[in-house]
Amino acid sequence: MTEIFGVPIQALFGQLMLGLVNGSFYAVLSLGLAVIFGMLNIINFSHGALYMTGAMLTWIGLEYLGIGYWWMLVLAPICVGIIGIAIERLMLQWLYKLDHLYGLLLTFGLALMIEGLFRDLYGVAGQPYSIPEELSGAFNLGFMFLPKYRAWIIVASLSVCLATWYVIEKTRLGAYLRAATENPKLTQAFGINVPLMVMLTYGFGVGLAGFAGVLAAPATQIGPLMGSNLIIVVFAVVVIGGMGSILGSVVTGLGLGIIEGMTKVFWPEASATVVFMIMAVVLMIRPAGLFGREK
Amino acid sequence: MMKRKLLTLAISAMLMPAAGSAMAQAKGKISGDVVKIAVLTDMSGVYSDLGGKGSVVAAEMAIEDFKAQFKPKFKIDLVSADHQNKADVGSNKVREWYDTQGVDMVTDVLNSGVALAVAKVTTEKNKIMLNTGAASTRLTNEDCAPNNVVHYVYDTYALANGPGKAVTKQGKDSWFFLTADYAFGHSLEKDTMEAVKANGGKVLGAVRHPLNASDFSSFLLQAQASKAKVIGLANAGGDTINSIKAANEFGITKGQTLVGLLTTVVDIHALGLQTTQGMMFTEGFYWNLNKETREFSRRFFSRHKKMPNMLPAGTYSAVMHYLKAVQATGTDDTAAVMKQMKATPINDPFAKGGKIREDGRMVHDMYLVEVKKPAESKEPWDYYHVKQVIPGDQAFQPMAASRCAAVKK
Amino acid sequence: MNRRVTVAYLFGLGLLLLAPMFIYPILVMKVLCFALFACAFNLLLGYTGLLSFGHAAFLGTAGYVTGHALKVWELPTLLGLLVGTGAAALLGWVIGSLAIRRQGIYFAMVTLALAQMVFFFFLQAPFTGGEDGLQGVPRGTLFGLDLADDINLYYLVVAIFAGSFWLIQRAIHSPFGQILKAIRENEPRAISLGYDVAKYKLLAFVLSAGLAGLAGATKTLVFKFATLTDAHWHTSGEVVLMTLLGGMGTVFGPLVGATVIVTLQNELADKVGSLVTVIMGAIFVICVLAFRRGIVGESLALYKRVIGQKPL
Repeated sequence: MTEIFGVPIQALFGQLMLGLVNGSFYAVLSLGLAVIFGMLNIINFSHGALYMTGAMLTWIGLEYLGIGYWWMLVLAPICVGIIGIAIERLMLQWLYKLDHLYGLLLTFGLALMIEGLFRDLYGVAGQPYSIPEELSGAFNLGFMFLPKYRAWIIVASLSVCLATWYVIEKTRLGAYLRAATENPKLTQAFGINVPLMVMLTYGFGVGLAGFAGVLAAPATQIGPLMGSNLIIVVFAVVVIGGMGSILGSVVTGLGLGIIEGMTKVFWPEASATVVFMIMAVVLMIRPAGLFGREK
Repeated sequence: MMKRKLLTLAISAMLMPAAGSAMAQAKGKISGDVVKIAVLTDMSGVYSDLGGKGSVVAAEMAIEDFKAQFKPKFKIDLVSADHQNKADVGSNKVREWYDTQGVDMVTDVLNSGVALAVAKVTTEKNKIMLNTGAASTRLTNEDCAPNNVVHYVYDTYALANGPGKAVTKQGKDSWFFLTADYAFGHSLEKDTMEAVKANGGKVLGAVRHPLNASDFSSFLLQAQASKAKVIGLANAGGDTINSIKAANEFGITKGQTLVGLLTTVVDIHALGLQTTQGMMFTEGFYWNLNKETREFSRRFFSRHKKMPNMLPAGTYSAVMHYLKAVQATGTDDTAAVMKQMKATPINDPFAKGGKIREDGRMVHDMYLVEVKKPAESKEPWDYYHVKQVIPGDQAFQPMAASRCAAVKK
Repeated sequence: MNRRVTVAYLFGLGLLLLAPMFIYPILVMKVLCFALFACAFNLLLGYTGLLSFGHAAFLGTAGYVTGHALKVWELPTLLGLLVGTGAAALLGWVIGSLAIRRQGIYFAMVTLALAQMVFFFFLQAPFTGGEDGLQGVPRGTLFGLDLADDINLYYLVVAIFAGSFWLIQRAIHSPFGQILKAIRENEPRAISLGYDVAKYKLLAFVLSAGLAGLAGATKTLVFKFATLTDAHWHTSGEVVLMTLLGGMGTVFGPLVGATVIVTLQNELADKVGSLVTVIMGAIFVICVLAFRRGIVGESLALYKRVIGQKPL
């Protein structure tokens, strides 16, 4: 086995791949946060809980209803999106006139409720979910062992990010969306139903989280705590990237995932904190974030 | 003016409760005429399948059997709580139990981190802890409390020595550890390292993972990079199950041998024989040993829908032994009951000729088992070949090596 | 302090002194620790308008440092408490200097992320005992009194709480407190009046972190135990909830909120298990949607409506 810097090449590429996988999750989740923030001006604290809900639904679908992975890949994000729309209509919309911090507090409370509910139903231990047959097994690339499912996570999440970018930047719908973000009152005056767009944006944003949850289901333990641990890292990713641009959040997410993966090779003790350290440094040098604009 | 008046009032009030707290403790034979037993365990987390509700069921069975057999004059109460694998939750709960509920004895207490904390509270309040769940040898060594704490079922020394010797002797002599990052994992890792070295093997390193980790792949890649012949899993419950699964996904099992150091029959049941065949480890109880164990285990199965592993079986034995001691001495006074328990040998489905040593270690036979091939299994839960019965005095750390300050001569 | 607050303060103090005759003293001490934590937090959220989502870091840091100081360095109890409080204030200065570079929602996220970093540090640092926690911290003695006796410790905790509470009141009503309120109401105006806003924010942050630290140090003393739970983001969320429920920006709100939440958790834990988290979340949602002034704030408003005058 060849070695680079005293590390077997197989382990190095293995960790790089795992870093990319984590980075894909960061990218999808921070993209969802950015889309929601752009439109509603709130930070969605329940994002992690809804990501977990997506994974839980995938498991429940198979366990109780016999619905397989591929169907759930479509159904679970839709269900999560509908939950999101309900949250927006029933609660969030009453808070737009208040300080934005109330949105954060409300979604934090919701996150606790969702997490507690699943905890009560299924315990904290985590449920197993087998990899769908089409994607089980691995490619042996010679220099590394690449499980097919991990490769699929990267491909699927990057495709979704790209599609989202295309819709927002290149289509008419996206143009409305950007207009409504920039100046809601004026857009409303042009006859566009802004509240409807806000509602759908929130639904879409959390739907993305649900999608990430389905992707994660076979790769990790499906437990009530999987979302909250991840979302705090994603917050740091968002602070580092700034929420100015869609591509910015995707690039930051992927990049930090890779950096984290490499830290696991060369300095494992720091791998849990490296993203936060980078955040501290970015705050000192460029408080608005790498892709953010000073207001 | 008024401010000062209120202040003097307040200060005089301060002195009153001092008198109230001096309330003399009833020195009756059995405090409150009730013997109160508490099961503290993990009800919903990664270890809940090891002990959890199964331990509560076992304690209930012991109380029923005791009542039927001895017709005691005193009342027996059972309470239980979930410590969520958090040492603070566990020790605060136990403190409250002792202070306000009159609990006399606490059992199960799986998770070594929790157990160490609970042992401290138990010693402080001079009650009894019959630990049937936690593994760390610290409980009878550095943190021993022989007047209050009994380490009843197994410990990391006993777990380490069986496979540490057997596997190394097979020529798989270089080890790397995947270790749960808290007291239990640390003890198991340390004790196994010593066992491996004593048998001529070498240790290449270790990687620590958090309790209830969600993804083991990156830790396993580190283990793979070590090129060790054996990856020792110094973890338990759900963590062990998930490590073995991830190792299969990444093709690690092809080149390296996985040894689950704390594996019990319920883990094998969860993973299936296909994945686990050929694995070797030490367990303190197997349901299919003899007529008595089968009879007990079937009774347990009819209530809990799972065969007992060593934790519930040990909890049954511990509660029974404790109640017998209370019956014999006619008191729930800690010193008297501990003395009686240490003086009496233990003979029940769990242990034959078991004996509580002066350092609090309960010494009994352990079993080195190998998991059967799927074809060899004749009925559900028929999982083990018992390769060797390790006699108690070899299974556990000898007194001569004890690091317990209270019994050192 | 004005007269009504003083009367309420002394009345409450009297109740506290008598409480251990009727209630399990450990529970009251736990309530007091969290009440102090919430009061410290309120200083920042209620009076300066800064929402920190990482205050557990200070509670946890002081807990560990005090635990280490008492157990390993074998310092006298009071000195141990002071060292822990000082460490929390120092950490407050570091985190505060970074966090005040951003405002509003970003401020909340930055504090949360930095607190998580502190959490991971404690998880891995050898002196904290990781998951096992820092166990067996001795309580020591004070003026010859053995604090291992719950009643003796109880009166020390009451003294710490009463003293800190009084200190917070003094801070709020001082010129310093007035400037903080000015920043909360209108930051650009405070800047244009020539105040160095960043300096005042940082000072408030450090003060709040230090007092939160004192709460954590005291809690370690009560439970003889410093744990990761204290540094976990859940605890950061809990203190927000206590303050919100009691009434942010009110004098007694955090105390009321902490009492309600701690008692509720204690009563419900065995009965409903994990549903406690759901109930906490629901209280959060209800507070935000319909009850933003909290128990004390709403009661004062009601009082004002009924009596038709300003109550305080």
